Amino acid sequence: MQVRVLYFGVLKDLFHAESEDLEMPVGSTVGSLLKSFQERAPERGGLWSSLAVAVNQEYAKKDCALREGDHVALLPPVSGGGGESQRQSQGSSRSSG
Amino acid sequence: MQVAIYKTRIPAEEIVAAMKAGEDGAVVVFEGNVRNNTRGRRTLFLDYEAYEEMALAQMRGLVAEALEKFSVRDIALAHRLGRLEVGETSVLIVVASAHRAAAFEGCRWLIDTLKKTVPIWKKEHFEDGAVWADGEPFPAALTLGGTEASNA
Repeated sequence: MQVRVLYFGVLKDLFHAESEDLEMPVGSTVGSLLKSFQERAPERGGLWSSLAVAVNQEYAKKDCALREGDHVALLPPVSGGGGESQRQSQGSSRSSG
Repeated sequence: MQVAIYKTRIPAEEIVAAMKAGEDGAVVVFEGNVRNNTRGRRTLFLDYEAYEEMALAQMRGLVAEALEKFSVRDIALAHRLGRLEVGETSVLIVVASAHRAAAFEGCRWLIDTLKKTVPIWKKEHFEDGAVWADGEPFPAALTLGGTEASNA
């Protein structure tokens, strides 16, 4: 069966695409789809464990069963709004140029 | 309730004016604006993007929840997407209520919850590059849960 995976934020840059149609075995779940992504980019371990997933625009759990034609959005931690983030910097993990 | 996503400037004055009614003793307005630096690094501009349909649905859900939870009379919630310059408004919340305590509390809850749950992301552009902003960790109720991996 085919599902459409939607990429946002840093994932859009990582895969150079906004979405991708993926062939998945019948019986696949959100968890098994995510596992296939972890295998694709294992060096981004922290990213995969920070994601939320929405199936057809609703937040979903790992055991959520996928069906033909579902839209599965991979959502990095969100950063809307303005002003300060409540989250403190995690040190100098960013390259400075 | 009035919930909207804008691709251009949020018409804050009009929205606030339209929210006022005779029974309100208080109108609390929150504007989230683009600051000129992030941890001391000079910001040039921000790009906001969203999973738009879901973001709108989530914003409507939050406003409905806040109306009930804080018993305020009415709420307007607007978020802007696209490129924003320093000083521009990315989010506007207007809470109208008979009493100020509920209006302040509802407004605070809305911005705090929006920043954790509504699928909107910002890319910060600096003089020497651009990065996606560190997001807020998702509340446990929205994370994947399950048993496959233990995220210690």
